[in-house]
Amino acid sequence: MFSKGTKRKFSDGGEEISDESLLGARVASSYSLQRQSLLDMSLIKLQLCHMLVEPNLCRSVLIANTVRQIQEEMTHDGSWHMVTEAFCSAGQSPSERLVATEVLCRSREQDAEPKLFSVISYEGCCEEEVVADETLCSVSVSDTVSNVCLAGRMGQCWEKSELSGIERDEEALEDSRLGSGEEEEIDTEDGASTESPKTIGQVFGTFEIKNGSPGPDSALEELFSDVDTSYYDLDTMLTGMQSAPKMGPYDLLDSLAPSHSSPSIVSTPNCRSDLNELDHIMEIIVGS
Amino acid sequence: MGEDGESPKINHSFLRDYVTEADVISTVEFNQTGDLLATGDKGGRVVIFQRETESKDESEELGESGEYNVYSTFQSHEPDFDYLKSLEIEEKINKIRWLPQQNAAHFLLSTNDKTIKLWKVSERDKRPEGYNLKDEEGRIKDISTVTSLRVPVLKPTDLMVEVRPRRIFANGHTYHVNSISVNSDGETYLSADDLRINMWHLDITDRSFNIVDIKPANMEDLTEVITAAEFHPQHCHLFVYSSSKGTLRLCDMRESALCDKHSKIFEEPEDPGNRSFFSEIISSVSDVKFSHSGRYLLTRDYLTVKVWDLNMEKGPVETYQVHEYLRSKLCSLYENDCIFDKFECVWNSTDSVIMTGAYNSFFRMFDRETGRGVTLEAWRESSKPRAVLRTRRIYNGGRRRRGDVGVDSLDFTKKILHMAWHPAENIIAIAATNNLYIFQDRVNAENLKT
Repeated sequence: MFSKGTKRKFSDGGEEISDESLLGARVASSYSLQRQSLLDMSLIKLQLCHMLVEPNLCRSVLIANTVRQIQEEMTHDGSWHMVTEAFCSAGQSPSERLVATEVLCRSREQDAEPKLFSVISYEGCCEEEVVADETLCSVSVSDTVSNVCLAGRMGQCWEKSELSGIERDEEALEDSRLGSGEEEEIDTEDGASTESPKTIGQVFGTFEIKNGSPGPDSALEELFSDVDTSYYDLDTMLTGMQSAPKMGPYDLLDSLAPSHSSPSIVSTPNCRSDLNELDHIMEIIVGS
Repeated sequence: MGEDGESPKINHSFLRDYVTEADVISTVEFNQTGDLLATGDKGGRVVIFQRETESKDESEELGESGEYNVYSTFQSHEPDFDYLKSLEIEEKINKIRWLPQQNAAHFLLSTNDKTIKLWKVSERDKRPEGYNLKDEEGRIKDISTVTSLRVPVLKPTDLMVEVRPRRIFANGHTYHVNSISVNSDGETYLSADDLRINMWHLDITDRSFNIVDIKPANMEDLTEVITAAEFHPQHCHLFVYSSSKGTLRLCDMRESALCDKHSKIFEEPEDPGNRSFFSEIISSVSDVKFSHSGRYLLTRDYLTVKVWDLNMEKGPVETYQVHEYLRSKLCSLYENDCIFDKFECVWNSTDSVIMTGAYNSFFRMFDRETGRGVTLEAWRESSKPRAVLRTRRIYNGGRRRRGDVGVDSLDFTKKILHMAWHPAENIIAIAATNNLYIFQDRVNAENLKT
């Protein structure tokens, strides 16, 4: 994702960089971020197929083709390689994911460079971010499951606000970031949201989580690897996409609340204010 | 669905406005004479409208066409449940197609995602009276009370429209049926789902021929689905189907039993200048229609309608921009799923005008002779019965005129997906969510010119 553009060290403020390369770097970064955001959006759309009614196959195929296209392009760029490298190191993956999240969290459409700063400066203190994100779902057994839960919450937002405006999505996003769903009471602070486990279960049904490290080009193969020819399994296969690009659900947070002019780059509320409460919840969950 | 006493007086052309999802119209179709208009909705109901017969009086003014009134309403499909997959089967009517009329009764095919049904619509306006063995209520009479014999006579009664299911074509499709098309032979029809096309005989419900199967051996290799299919209007051996990759395939059933190999493939090469991640999605064909002449094909993809000549496979002969101003908004439209909306397209009776729907209750008509297009609106607030349709304009930079609608203020929830054009006259039926609009042309076609 950072294959294009010049990294400028935060401490090295005095170095001269020409305007042209700076602009080029910004444009390139912005493009790859938009592409990433599109990828995440597509993956979430595929996951949300799992509803009561059979999903629309045409739509799923078109979205899957878009994902493939992005993946191919990213492979050519070499940026896919970097992304999957992150997955390979299991211990590191949550923080890497959140590094990526940070980038999108903080990105405003005008300025790509500062994003790079924040990425670098944030690398050290990702743990708090982990807490913040994971506490948004009260059912969290492992990292992967928490991704699922989060996406599940988002899923409700998607379903509920099918055709509503961007503002509504943003609202939903803010609500869930603050730990309260649209229809749920603000009880995630108590560590037990009675509604969410059930509804999340509904959204995801019987999908499987696969652990292990996918190779650089095999992310999509992973998605389809345990499929058999029956249509029924297409659903589980598509929801199984969840396992490979783990940064998906996190970035959804951002892609769900796009800014008005740029559809893909987003702004999110600062979650640090809730960290203390969420810390507490996290302790309860992880401690058990 | 009750009707007020008042509404027929106010306007004949509008259904009452319900807000429920079940009333959203999902298909509209005229029969071959245009006297009947059928609509199907998300709740599985079919409503048939009949045109008021004009007075036989010669002095009747030209242009005073009959109004369409409700003729019959019936529940075609019920919600169902697939126990094997634990998924609901929607009762939404995806398509209705009329059969050519052969006797006094009318027949139509209606389909939801899985099951196609043949319905017989017949009228009864007489009933026999004066039975010997039964009394007026139908109870058997006591023989001893019968003193004389008489011949029952037919007496006129109030008109009753009876609708009965005559055939149910079930279990033919694993995937969602998106099209049905009656063959010109009058005996067969095709039904297409995402991956297969079946041909049925109208009298046989327990089996069908599979004529196209694009399901890959390995579902992970699936990259293309069937989006629409139609029989040629004159040649009973030809049919066309469109795909999600923007290709059209013309198949000849005489060549082989399984028409996986097309006779002709119509594909427009991609424009490298306009390439984006959404190129494939917007090239997906949502509807395909043969012209009445059988020489041309009309297709609709997300941003354009195209006319293809059956004799030329390398590209369309005409392309019309429906809403090019949306090209810069594709990412948002992808996000809110609008990019997957399936718009229909129709020909007029002489194949000189084509029409398709858009957003914000707008629909577009293109005159093939001049190449010009107009934007019209199907929105109750701005039109009264018998008012002339105004043309609308979208403002997207440049000089703004009064009455122009800005691109950013378009309402994407008000989409015109389904429509039909009378087979002989300039009468169009437009479905706008749960409302049906019927627009009729005046003698001089005033409201169809800009």
